[in-house]
Amino acid sequence: MMDSVSAVDVRPAIRPRPLSRSLRGHLKGGEYAWAVAFVVPYLAVFVAFVAYPVVYGLWMGSEPGLYRELFADPIYQTTVVNTILYLALGVNVKMFLALLLSGFFMRPGWWVKALLLIFVLPWAVPQISTFISIHWMLNGEWGFLNNALYALLHIEGPSWLNDRWMALGAVIVSHIWKWTPFWTLILLAGRMAIPLEIRDTARVDGATGVRGFVYITFPLLANLYLICTLLSTIFLLGDFNAVTFVSGGGPANSTHVLATLGIRDAFEIAHPRLGVAAVMSALPLVIPLVIVLMRKLRTAQVQL
Amino acid sequence: MSTIAVDARFSSRAAARTRGRRYLSNAGTLLLSLALVVWSVLPIYNMVLISLEPEGDVFTDRLWPRVPSLESFVGVLTQGHWYLEHFWRQFANSLYIGVMVTFFALLFGSLTSFSIGRMRVRHGWLVSNAALLTYVIPASFLAIPFYRIMQNYGLANNPWSVIAALVAFATPYAIFVFQEYGRSIPIEVDESARIDGASPLQVYLRIYLPLMAPALVAVGTYALLLAWNEYLYQFLLLSSKSSMTVPVALAQFLSSDQSPWNYMMATAIIYAVPPVAIYYAFRRRMAAGLTMGGVKG
Repeated sequence: MMDSVSAVDVRPAIRPRPLSRSLRGHLKGGEYAWAVAFVVPYLAVFVAFVAYPVVYGLWMGSEPGLYRELFADPIYQTTVVNTILYLALGVNVKMFLALLLSGFFMRPGWWVKALLLIFVLPWAVPQISTFISIHWMLNGEWGFLNNALYALLHIEGPSWLNDRWMALGAVIVSHIWKWTPFWTLILLAGRMAIPLEIRDTARVDGATGVRGFVYITFPLLANLYLICTLLSTIFLLGDFNAVTFVSGGGPANSTHVLATLGIRDAFEIAHPRLGVAAVMSALPLVIPLVIVLMRKLRTAQVQL
Repeated sequence: MSTIAVDARFSSRAAARTRGRRYLSNAGTLLLSLALVVWSVLPIYNMVLISLEPEGDVFTDRLWPRVPSLESFVGVLTQGHWYLEHFWRQFANSLYIGVMVTFFALLFGSLTSFSIGRMRVRHGWLVSNAALLTYVIPASFLAIPFYRIMQNYGLANNPWSVIAALVAFATPYAIFVFQEYGRSIPIEVDESARIDGASPLQVYLRIYLPLMAPALVAVGTYALLLAWNEYLYQFLLLSSKSSMTVPVALAQFLSSDQSPWNYMMATAIIYAVPPVAIYYAFRRRMAAGLTMGGVKG
């Protein structure tokens, strides 16, 4: 890729380029028209359905008074705490589990492969189906979890979703349940990409087990692990479904996160600008993340 | 394998210790596997369990259905409950949106990646960056302004508003994967076709698309599943019973106090069958797509 780009650039650099040439690059008239025509459909979609909503949203949330109203709202304050907990626990526990499990699934044997097929089920089944099922499972009176607790251990389980911390915990665990398989697959692919010679050489030199992981595998996986963590932070910040279906934001609006609070403010209490402001208050976190991720993803190449 | 050769030279006591450790490790693996199976399957088992309960038996304390009954599945498929009177219509809506999103994401994504990656149009990196930016913006953060804009356009309750949103969010991933995959196809293939007098459109149709087939399958599966599983935009933009999709209808069950849980779970299972089947059918291709695309280290 790099070679061919520089080969293209070197030739015209000798003469000063006319304007049309600097616009079109190396393509001839008719070809340039085709190339532009091929990009236009996506550009139109981007401008109409991404750039325009972004600008519209920024405009909707541009009034300083909105933020005074927002920060004074006690529901917003609990929401911020929830969002931070959801981010800190949801992302890190999930990614750490995925890192460990991807190592487990590297083991040889047909039954490990069979297990992997079952293990990815949470990810393959649509979110709405499983989150609704979890919601009912956690019902204090008739839910499966309390039935099982009673049948197996004779414990009367609590009403899981009637307490803020347990409901928030349920949301976080549901998120981990749903998304660990996906990240495990990604990290597993990353581990598979480590050349066999490196692992074999390391093993001969005595780097096995924990030492092999610390000195060989993890340094090679670190960049991928970081990208995955950042991406999953962004994805989790925008996650609407886990909270909506597992806890419903309840009890008494105590388990909202920013994404669900925005929608609630906009559509349940019909104050769209406040909803946009709630979402936009995440920008101090989102913008640096987006910048770092865009740099990381643009240069993402296997560095082996 | 090499450990076996080494074992032979060990004293018998050391060999016994190694064997003991291996049993222990196997037992550990077995326990972990069991825990993983229970953990992964539990909410899905719960879904199946409740869907098999006859009506009125949902509120039991059993861990398996006393008399498994397919009543609720029949109820869903024949639209037998008043909650489900538009089930097939809603199923068709979901399918229609899924197919359209897949088609346009593949079309726009392949055209864009061809222009940027193969024809190397000037300033193509700007378009790549726009796509990258879209990929890292949480879609739910744009839902409120998007809803307002669609209202202004008069597209509320129109499936095309949802299709537009989902195409906008699925195409960036398509562009990544195509560009990444396209690097494995030598550019000389295009050049020789052009020397033979093929127009860019012919190169795109006759050479680029056929060579990209594996990537098209991977991204197509991704786009179809994305559209089928998406909830927020469909919930906001489609509100009438005849225009809504299955996940929106499913969520409507929840809002009532007297939810018919067995019907709800049966609907949830029927809704989950197509994506799960597609996922397992195209699993290998999709895994390849995942590593080819944005998340690559």
